[in-house]
Amino acid sequence: MLDLINVSYDTQIPNNVGLSSDRKVLKALERWHPGYINWWNDLIPENFQKSDVYLRTAVSVDPKGWAKFDYVKMPEYRWGVLLAPQVEDRTVPCGEHYGQPAWQEVPGEYRNMLKRLIVIQGDTEPGSVEQQRFLGKTAPSLYDLRNLFQVNVEEGRHLWAMVYLLFKYFGRDGREEADDLLRRSSGSEEAPRMLGAFNEETPDWLSFFMFTYFTDRDGKMQLESLAQSGFDPLSRTCRFMLTEEAHHMFVGETGVGRIVERTCQAMKEAGISDPYDIDKIRDLGVIDLPTIQKKLNLHYSLSLDLFGQEVSTNAANAFNAGIKGRYMEQRIDDDHRLTGDTYVVRSVRDGTIVTEDVPALTAINMRLRDDYVRDASGGVGRWNKAIAKAGVDFELKLPHEGFHRQIGVFSSVNVDPEGKILSREEWEAKSKDWLPTKADGDFIQSLMVPCYEPGQFASWIAPPKVGIDNKPGDFEYVKLHMA
Amino acid sequence: MTKAIDFQTDPSKYRHWRVEYDGPVANLFMDVDEDGGLFDGYQLKLNSYDLGVDIELSDIVQRMRFEHPEVKVVVMQSGKDRVFCAGANIRMLGGAAHSHKVNFCKFTNETRNTFEAAEADSGQKYIAAVKGACAGGGYELALACNHIMLTDDSSSSVALPEVPLLAVLPGTGGLTRVTDKRRVRRDLADVFCSMEEGVRGKRAQDWRLVDEVIPNSKFDETVARRAREFAAQSPKADVTQGITLGPISRTITDDAITYSLVEVALDRAGRKATITIHGPDEPAPESADALVAQGDQGYMLRLARELDDAILHLRLNEMTLGNWVFRSQGDPEAVLEHEALILDHRDHWLANEIAQYWKRVLKRIDVTSRSLVALVEHGSCFAGMLAEILWAVDRSYMMEDEFEGDNRALAAIHLSDGNFGAYPMGNDLTRLQTRFYGTPEAVGTAKEAIGEAIEAERAEELGLVTYIYDDIDWEDEIRIFLEERASFSPDAMTGMEANLRFAGPETMETRIFGRLTAWQNWIFNRPNAVGPNGALQRYGTGQRGDYDMERV
Repeated sequence: MLDLINVSYDTQIPNNVGLSSDRKVLKALERWHPGYINWWNDLIPENFQKSDVYLRTAVSVDPKGWAKFDYVKMPEYRWGVLLAPQVEDRTVPCGEHYGQPAWQEVPGEYRNMLKRLIVIQGDTEPGSVEQQRFLGKTAPSLYDLRNLFQVNVEEGRHLWAMVYLLFKYFGRDGREEADDLLRRSSGSEEAPRMLGAFNEETPDWLSFFMFTYFTDRDGKMQLESLAQSGFDPLSRTCRFMLTEEAHHMFVGETGVGRIVERTCQAMKEAGISDPYDIDKIRDLGVIDLPTIQKKLNLHYSLSLDLFGQEVSTNAANAFNAGIKGRYMEQRIDDDHRLTGDTYVVRSVRDGTIVTEDVPALTAINMRLRDDYVRDASGGVGRWNKAIAKAGVDFELKLPHEGFHRQIGVFSSVNVDPEGKILSREEWEAKSKDWLPTKADGDFIQSLMVPCYEPGQFASWIAPPKVGIDNKPGDFEYVKLHMA
Repeated sequence: MTKAIDFQTDPSKYRHWRVEYDGPVANLFMDVDEDGGLFDGYQLKLNSYDLGVDIELSDIVQRMRFEHPEVKVVVMQSGKDRVFCAGANIRMLGGAAHSHKVNFCKFTNETRNTFEAAEADSGQKYIAAVKGACAGGGYELALACNHIMLTDDSSSSVALPEVPLLAVLPGTGGLTRVTDKRRVRRDLADVFCSMEEGVRGKRAQDWRLVDEVIPNSKFDETVARRAREFAAQSPKADVTQGITLGPISRTITDDAITYSLVEVALDRAGRKATITIHGPDEPAPESADALVAQGDQGYMLRLARELDDAILHLRLNEMTLGNWVFRSQGDPEAVLEHEALILDHRDHWLANEIAQYWKRVLKRIDVTSRSLVALVEHGSCFAGMLAEILWAVDRSYMMEDEFEGDNRALAAIHLSDGNFGAYPMGNDLTRLQTRFYGTPEAVGTAKEAIGEAIEAERAEELGLVTYIYDDIDWEDEIRIFLEERASFSPDAMTGMEANLRFAGPETMETRIFGRLTAWQNWIFNRPNAVGPNGALQRYGTGQRGDYDMERV
C-alpha cells in the first residue's frame, strides 16, 4: 500500500509539473489524496485490489516514458500529473483572442467558464469507472480483465489531471470542486454524475466495449477540442490524455470486433447463414448480430446526447473566448473567429427534419458531433469487413442522428434508425426491434461468466490478434488474488 | 410586439404551470412550454419565462386566495428535471422594446410581491423547493417565497448571474431581497451577485441564500413533511370552500373598454384615458355569508377585478395614453356600506381577501407610470377605498358649488376607517400619512371628518384635493392642465411622479420599485446592455458584450 502519511509527491506521483516545489498544489493534493484512495478502494472489489495487474504506467511524456509496463496492484498505481510538452510561442487558436499569446495563467474573465468545462470533463472520468465497477467479476479472459483495469486506472489518472488543474489554477473554488468530483457518483440518487450517459449502467461486457468505442470517443472529441484551448495548461493536459484515450477506443473497437468475429465463426461452424436465425445462433453461446446492432444503436444515441444542444450559447461562448476549439482547429482553413460564418444544422420543423444555416459560432457542438460521426464510422466499417469476410450477409450501421435522442432538437420526436419520423404509437410498437429489450439483456447476462484461465476466452468472444506489450497468448495479464 | 396582451386567463388555458391540490398543501409546478411564448422569435427553454408565463402565475396566486382558501402552504417547484427555473427569457428581453421590458418587470415584481405577502395577508405560505439550476429570475421567484429549500446534490445551485452574463441587474427584486429580506452580508452578496455559477449546498445556507439544504435522497420527503408542518402550524382558519372567479365582463372596442362597473374612454388625440368607476348597483350584503353567496359578483370584488384589469390593459396596450383621468359616479353612502361590511369582518376569510385585494389594486395605481389625475365631480362617489384614489393620483380637482344645468348630487368626499390603515402603500404608510408627511396632525384632523359629506371648500381646507373650481373655471382649468401635461416629456413625467409619490421611509417594496427598478431601467437604456454590441443583444451569439469602460 501507499504510505499515506509520508507520500513523496515526486516519486509516487510521476509528474512533469514540478510538483515537489509547488506548495500550493502539494498541500491541496495531500488533503485530497486520501479521499481519492478511499473512493478507489470502495469501488474495486477487494480481491482485484490485491491482484497484480500488468499495467501500463505513464511516468513521463517522452516516447520512452509514457508507456511503462509492469505488474502493479491497482491501489499502488502511480497516477501521475503529466502535461504534453509546451509548444514555443503558442497562440490562442480561435475566437476573439485569435493570434494572441496563449494564456499560461487563467484569464479572470474566463475563470468560471474554464472551471465549468474542467469540472464537467473531470466528472466523466470517475463516472465511467463507477459504471464499470462490477465487470471484473464476469471478465471473458484475463486479457480483457487487464484491459478493463487499464481503462479504469487511466480514467483515474484523467481525474487526477483535471484535479491538478483545479488545484493549480482555481484556488479555493477549485479545491471544493475537486472534493465534489469524489462526492458525486454514477447513478446515485444523492448526487449523480453531471451527464446522463454517465449515470447509465454498464451491465455487461458488450456494453463495456460499446461504451469504450462510442462514449469514450465522445470523450476523445471533447479532449480534442479542449486540446485546442488558448489556456495552455489545459491544452497540454488534454493533449497527453489523448494518447491514453486512444487505447480505450482500441479496447472498444477490438472488443466489438472480436465478438463479431466469434459470432460469424460460430455461425459458419454450425452452418447457419441467416444472421436473423437468432435462437439458433444464441444456442451456440454467441451474441447474434442483430442484438449487437441494437446495443450499437443504444450506445451511439446516448453518446450523441453528450454533445448537447445543436445550437448552444455555452459552446459559442467557449469558442469565442478561445478556451475550447474545434476538432483539428489548426487544420481548418478559415478565419478561426467565425463571427460572420454559418453552419448547417438539422432541425425539426412542423414534423419534418430540415436543414438550416445558423451562425457558425452557435453551432460548435453540432460541428464537433459531425466530426464525431465521421470518426465513429471507421470502426463500424472494419467490423463489417470482418462480417463480409466470414461470408455472412449482414451489415452493422450507425442509426440516424435523430434516433432515440433525449437532448437536442430530436428529443421532441421519435425517429427510426433510417431517419423517418414516427408517431408515438409506431415508435412504441417498433422500438423493441431497435433497442435492446430486457430479454436481450438477460441473454447477454447469461453469457457473462468469468473466464480467468490464462490464454482462455469465453465462448462469445475471439482471442485478440496480438497481446498487450506483444505478450504471448497465454500470458497471465492478471495474477488474481483469490483470498 | 404590437399585439394586445390580455391579462385574463383561467386554469383551462394554462400552458406553463399546473397545480395539484392536496388539502392544505398546494403543489405548484412550473413546467414551461418551450413553444408557448407570448411572442414569436424565442423559445422558453429551461423553464425560462416571459410575460405570458407570469400572467398565468399571477392568475394562480390570485385564485389560490379566492378559490382555494383551504390552502395554507404552496410548494413552488419545477416540473422539469435538472432545472428549477432559468429566469426571464434572454432572447425575449433582447428582442423586446424598452417599454415592454419595463412593463414586464413591473408586472413580475407585482406578482412576486403578491405571493410574498400571501403569508402575512392571508396565511398562505409559499415554499420554494429548489432542485436543479435556479438562476436569475428563477432565484428571484424563490426569493419571493417565504421559505427556500435547496437540494444538496452537488450540482443544484442558486445564482444571480445577470451582472456577469448579461450586463443587467437581477431587477425583479433580486438585489433588494438578497440584502433586505435574506439579509445576506453585503460583501458576500457582492460575491454572489457577480458570479455566474451561483452557490450550492451548505454554503448557500451559510450565506443565508436559502433556509435549508437537504440531502438529495431525502429532499422530496422533507419538502412534503415541511409543507405539512407549516400547514399544521398555520394560524390561518380552516375554510372548506372558496368562491369561483368567473370571467369578468369586458368589451374592448377601438376607443373604449367597458366593464360592468368601470368604463375606460380612450382619447388618442388627447393622449388620455378616462376611467370612470361606478358606484354599487345593489345594496351591500348583510353578512359575511351573504358576501360569500355573492361570490365574484359582489360589488367590492367585481370592481377590484375590473379596475385591476383596466390598469394592466392600459399599461401594456395603450402606452401613449400618458394621462389617466379617474372619475366616479354613484352613491357614496352605498360605497361606504359595501366597504364597511368588508372592514367589519376582517376576521372572515373572504372579507379579508377582498380588503387585501383592494390594497393591491391601489398599489398598482401608485406605481403606474402615467400622469394620474382625479376629478371629483358632482354625482361622484369617492368614498372609503375609492377616496384612496384621490391620494394615489398626482393631482385632484373638485367641483365647487352647483353647476348650471347639473342636477347631480353636489360633489363630496367621504372618509371611512379604511382610509386610516386598511390600504397601506408600499412605504407602509397610509396614503393620507404619505400625503401629510410634513403635517402629520392633518391626518388626525381628517379622521375627525369621518361621517361628513366633505364638500369642496372643506376638502380644500382639509388638504384632501389639489384644487377646487366652480362652474366658471372648471372646464378651462381641467383642459389646460391636461393639455399642458400631455405636452411634457413622458420620461420626465415618469421620473418626477415616481419620486414625488413615495414620501417618507423606504421599505423593501419601495426600494424594489424605486432604487432597483430605476437603476435597471437606466441600464436597460445603456449601450453596454442593449446596444447592438451590448451583452443582451449578443447573448447567445458566443460574442461578448463590447463595453464602454467609462464609469458614469
